[in-house]
Amino acid sequence: MTQQPILQVRDLHKTYNGNQVLKGVEFDIEKGQVKAVLGPSGSGKSTMLRLMALLEPADSGQILLKGSRIGSREHKGKSVHLSERTLAIQRQEVGMVFQRFNLFPHLSAVRNVMLGLTSVKGISHHEARIQARDMLQKVGLDNRADHYPSELSGGQQQRVAIARALVMNPSVMLFDEPTSALDPELVGEVLEVMENLAESGMTMIVVTHEVRFARRVANEVTLFDGGVIVEQAEPEEFFTNPQHERTRKFLSHVH
Amino acid sequence: MLFDSNIFFAQLVSVDYMRGAALSVAVAIVSLILATVIGFFMAVGRTAKQPYLRAPAHFYVWFFRAIPALLVLLIMWNALPQIIPALRADWFSPFIAASVGLGLVEAAFMSEIIRSALLSVDDGQGLAGRALGMSPAKVMVKVVLPQAIRIALPPTGNEFIGLVKYSSLASVISLRELLTTAQVGVNITFRYAEYYAAAIVYYLVIVSILSILQGLLEKKFAWTSKSAKSKKSTEATVPAPMGIS
Ligand SMILES: Nc1ncnc2c1ncn2[C@@H]1O[C@H](COP(=O)(O)OP(=O)(O)OP(=O)(O)O)[C@@H](O)[C@H]1O
Ligand SMILES: [Mg+2]
Repeated sequence: MTQQPILQVRDLHKTYNGNQVLKGVEFDIEKGQVKAVLGPSGSGKSTMLRLMALLEPADSGQILLKGSRIGSREHKGKSVHLSERTLAIQRQEVGMVFQRFNLFPHLSAVRNVMLGLTSVKGISHHEARIQARDMLQKVGLDNRADHYPSELSGGQQQRVAIARALVMNPSVMLFDEPTSALDPELVGEVLEVMENLAESGMTMIVVTHEVRFARRVANEVTLFDGGVIVEQAEPEEFFTNPQHERTRKFLSHVH
Repeated sequence: MLFDSNIFFAQLVSVDYMRGAALSVAVAIVSLILATVIGFFMAVGRTAKQPYLRAPAHFYVWFFRAIPALLVLLIMWNALPQIIPALRADWFSPFIAASVGLGLVEAAFMSEIIRSALLSVDDGQGLAGRALGMSPAKVMVKVVLPQAIRIALPPTGNEFIGLVKYSSLASVISLRELLTTAQVGVNITFRYAEYYAAAIVYYLVIVSILSILQGLLEKKFAWTSKSAKSKKSTEATVPAPMGIS
């Protein structure tokens, strides 16, 4: 397989008020692959995803999507931030699913899914509604289209949030602990949607504590700790024969 | 001299009182709209990162919170036309002077209400909007504002009631709003009780109607499928491709 990786992350650094959170993150992901990211709390996993979703600028480093740099550009040997307008266009390529869903509470489920289509892609209301309904059906919620977020369970809300991101037709989907805010009995329905998505060939990066999901669905599992990727391996290898002491320690806590 | 209910009722249905009440409400509406628009920009200015946006917004709020509304009205009506000849023209009526004057003062208070409403919207909302590729302006209009309005609605209702009452200050610039109407009548007839009672009834009715309207408005912001159905029943039930309609 000599295919170019769909997403490449190079030497990503980020510091918040002197607190160095990302210290040179590097990885590739190939089209259709699912990467599960494990790691202790506060290690910078969400920060890494926010940078990849272009919601915050990196201090240094590069993100390449399909070989082209996104989020920043080179100018006279220096990395400069892009305009908000350019960033907004690039963000459509990267779908993001948040831990706390972040659905728009003032819009019904179908309108949550439509908003990106109508207000970003400029698709007509009528057409957007058809596409949004379609996407809600894919996550098993066509019968909840007109419900508002406050009328949906956590699992249903997260599935709407997945549909909202998917309908923009992104190249990569990022998930930030998509099930950790859910009651245990609601985790399964969200993981199932994600598993179907993985099977359909979507490229996914999933920050999660769900070891079983990582083992079954991911092509590659990553341990993220102290602002860097510590270990990266196929699931079997990662869980049965980790190379690093820190991975072994982490796994002994979650198992 | 007993309370003469005939005089009372005659005033209650008189054209003068109705016109006065309508003027009071109109001044309140115009100044609230003005205050909301100015207040919004001041609120955005005060939450901005750039000091050149924050400073003027701060100054505005500081200034108009300190100055009595009465003084602002007197300045609007008496001082400004002396300085600005254009304001000596006929179009510059007591109604406009009162609406603008009260609006300028009220904007300082509305900016506080709007600012805290904007801040109360969860950061994750803007994040989700931007992640979809929405521009900052779109995020504000489509995501943040609708949620902020719901928060700002109850205190804004209170401000509106306050403005209806504050409109009586405009008597000093010879605007014949509700209270001035009563006062003028009293000065001729000396029937204090009847004329003031009629004014009280009008104020009570105005504020009651406002409260009902506010309740209806807040229901619209309940964000449930029930409240949505009554709003746009046709749209909510349109099935996908070929409508059955
Ligand atoms: N916007 C911010 N401003 C300042 N510090 C931040 C900000 N975002 C994150 N941090 C800090 O960066 C560090 C990493 O945070 P991050 O949320 O990325 O960790 P995480 O791995 O996602 O943890 P968790 O498992 O708890 O979600 C933390 O110490 C956090 O306090
Ligand atoms: Mg996190």
